[in-house]
Amino acid sequence: MDLFLQQLFNGVMLGSTYALVALGLTLVYGILQIPNFAHGHMYMLGAYVCLFLMGVLGLGYWPALIVVALIMAVAGVILERLAYSPLRNQSPMASFISALGALFVLENSVIAIWGPQGQRIGNPYPDIVEVFGITMSVQRLLVIGIAFLLIVLVQLFIKKTTLGSTIEAVAQNPEGAKLVGINIKLVSSLTFAISTGLAALAACLVAPIFILSPSMGSLLGMKAFVIVILGGLGSVPGAIVGGLILGLIEALGGGYLSAAYKDVFGFGALVLILAIKPTGLFGKEVQGR
Amino acid sequence: MIKFLKEKWFYIVILLIALAVPFIIPNRYFFQVIITCCLFSIGALSLNLILGYTGQASLAHGAFFGIGAYGVAIMMQTLGWSFWIALPLSALMTAFIGFLVGFLALRTRGAYFAIVTMCLGEIVGLVISNWVELTGGANGINGIAPPGAISLPFIGQISFEGQTPKYYLILVFLIFTLFFMHRLVNSLKGLTFMACRNNELLAEAVGINTFKTKLLSFVVSIFFVSMAGGLYAILMGSISPSVASLGITFNFLLYVLLGGAATLVGPVLGSFALPVLQENLQFLQEYQMVLFGVLLVVVIIYAPRGLMGVITALRSRFNRKKVGT
Repeated sequence: MDLFLQQLFNGVMLGSTYALVALGLTLVYGILQIPNFAHGHMYMLGAYVCLFLMGVLGLGYWPALIVVALIMAVAGVILERLAYSPLRNQSPMASFISALGALFVLENSVIAIWGPQGQRIGNPYPDIVEVFGITMSVQRLLVIGIAFLLIVLVQLFIKKTTLGSTIEAVAQNPEGAKLVGINIKLVSSLTFAISTGLAALAACLVAPIFILSPSMGSLLGMKAFVIVILGGLGSVPGAIVGGLILGLIEALGGGYLSAAYKDVFGFGALVLILAIKPTGLFGKEVQGR
Repeated sequence: MIKFLKEKWFYIVILLIALAVPFIIPNRYFFQVIITCCLFSIGALSLNLILGYTGQASLAHGAFFGIGAYGVAIMMQTLGWSFWIALPLSALMTAFIGFLVGFLALRTRGAYFAIVTMCLGEIVGLVISNWVELTGGANGINGIAPPGAISLPFIGQISFEGQTPKYYLILVFLIFTLFFMHRLVNSLKGLTFMACRNNELLAEAVGINTFKTKLLSFVVSIFFVSMAGGLYAILMGSISPSVASLGITFNFLLYVLLGGAATLVGPVLGSFALPVLQENLQFLQEYQMVLFGVLLVVVIIYAPRGLMGVITALRSRFNRKKVGT
C-alpha cells in the first residue's frame, strides 16, 4: 500500500509538470492550428537558462524562476515570428517541418554552449516530509503546488480578463475575432509567450530533481504531444487531465512493471488509443489535418 | 537508339561518373562519405515515397532503418546466415512489421500520423536499447562480416572485402530503388498515391480506397528503408541503438525536403549535397548542426520545393528568355 501511495505521489508530481507543458502546447494549437514540435525544446532551454542564471549570475531560485519565465516568453515570441509566422497560410506540413528545423537549432545550440553531458541545479529545498508512510521532498510538493497554481491562474486569465478571452475568441472563430477588431498577430504572440513561459517554469520546477541534458526536450515534447492528443488537440481541460493520466501511467508502470520501459507505456497507450479512436479521447472529427 | 541517347544523355553521363567514382576518388575517407551518401539516398527515396508522393509524414523511418540493420546483423552474427539470405529476409520481416504499424497508424491523419509514428519510432529505439540479450544493448553489435563472395558468369568471383565492391553493391541497390520508384510513381498505382496526397476526400469519391493505398505506399517505403538499414550494417560492420534514432529520420527528412520532395532526383541530390557540404563545414564543429536547422527553416519558408524547385524555376526562366529573344 505504501509503495502504491508513493508511486501515486510521484505520478501526480510528474503529471502536474506534464500538464503545464501540455497546456501551453494545446493553447498554441488552438490558436494557430500548428503542432509546435519545438515546444519540448523550449522547455529544455528554460532549464538551461535557469542553470545559467543560478550558476553563473548567482541568482537565487525564486528570482531565477521569474527571470526565466520572462526571458523564455520573449524567446517564444521570437520563435513564432521567425519560424511559424511566415508560414501562416501554408499547409500544416510546412510549419511542422519548420518546427523540426527550430528544434534542431535549439538542441544543438545548447549542446554547443553547455556540452552534451548532464548538468545539475542545486536543490533549494532538500528537506523531506513523511506523511502516511510516503516520503515527500519539499521540492516535489512545491512542484505540485506551483503547477496547479499556474494552471488555475492561466484559466482565470483566459476566462476572466478581456485580453485573455481574445485567446479563446481566436481559437473558436478566427474570422469572427478579426471582424470584432482583435489583432490576431498580437494574440498569437501572446499565446506563444504564455505557452513558452509555462513550459520554462515547469522545467525550472523539476530542474532541481532531475538531471538536465540537451536531449530532455525531445522526450518531453513527445510526451506533451501524447497528452495533447489523448485530451484532444486544442482542449485545455483535456491537456490537464491527460497530463495527470500520463504521469500516473508512467509512475505506476515504472514502479510495478519495468522501470526501463516506463516511457514505452505512455507511448504505447497513445498508439492504442489512436488506433481505436483516431481523433483522441476528447477530440472532435478533424478533416484533412 | 540515337533518340534514346539524345533524351537520356544526361542520365547516362551521371551513370558513367557513378561507375567511375572508385577510380576518380583516391581519398579513402571521402570515398566512404560518397558510399554513405549512396546508402542514405536509398533511405531518402523511400521516405520520399510516403512523404512526398503520398503526403504522409512518417517519422518512424529511422526506426525501420534500425530494424533492418539489426535484422541483418542478428541473422548474420547470431544465427550465422549468409548476407544474401539475411538482407531480403530482414527487409521482408521489417515490411511486415511496417504493415502492422501502418495498419494502426494510418487510421490517423496529418499531424496525428506524424506524432504516432514518432512515438512508435521512440518505442523501437527504447526496445533496442533495453533488449540486451538480442541487440547487445547500448554496445550494439560489432564485427559484422562483409557479405560472402559470390561468383557471377563472365565476371568470376566477387568478394566484398574492400570499399570498392561495397560501393558497387550499394550503387546497384540505389539504381534498383530509383528504377522501382520511377516505375511505381509513373504507374496508375503511383497516381492513386498522389491523389491521396492532394485530396483524400476527392480520391475516395472517385473510388480509391485511400486507406489501402496509403498502407501499400507505407509498406513499400518501409521495405526499401529497411534494405538500406541492412546495407548499412555490412558497410559499417558495427551498429548501435543510434541507427534507430530520430536523428536518422531527421537526416532522411532533411535530404528529401532540401533536395525536393515528390521528385526522384531531389532526394538523391539532397543526400549528396548535404553530407558533402557538411564535410566542407567541419570547421564549424558543433555549430554545423545549428546551421542545418536554420537551413531547414529557411528552405521551407523561401523554397518549399527544395533544390529541385529552385532548379525548375531557374530553368523555366531561362527557357522563357530564350523564347523571348
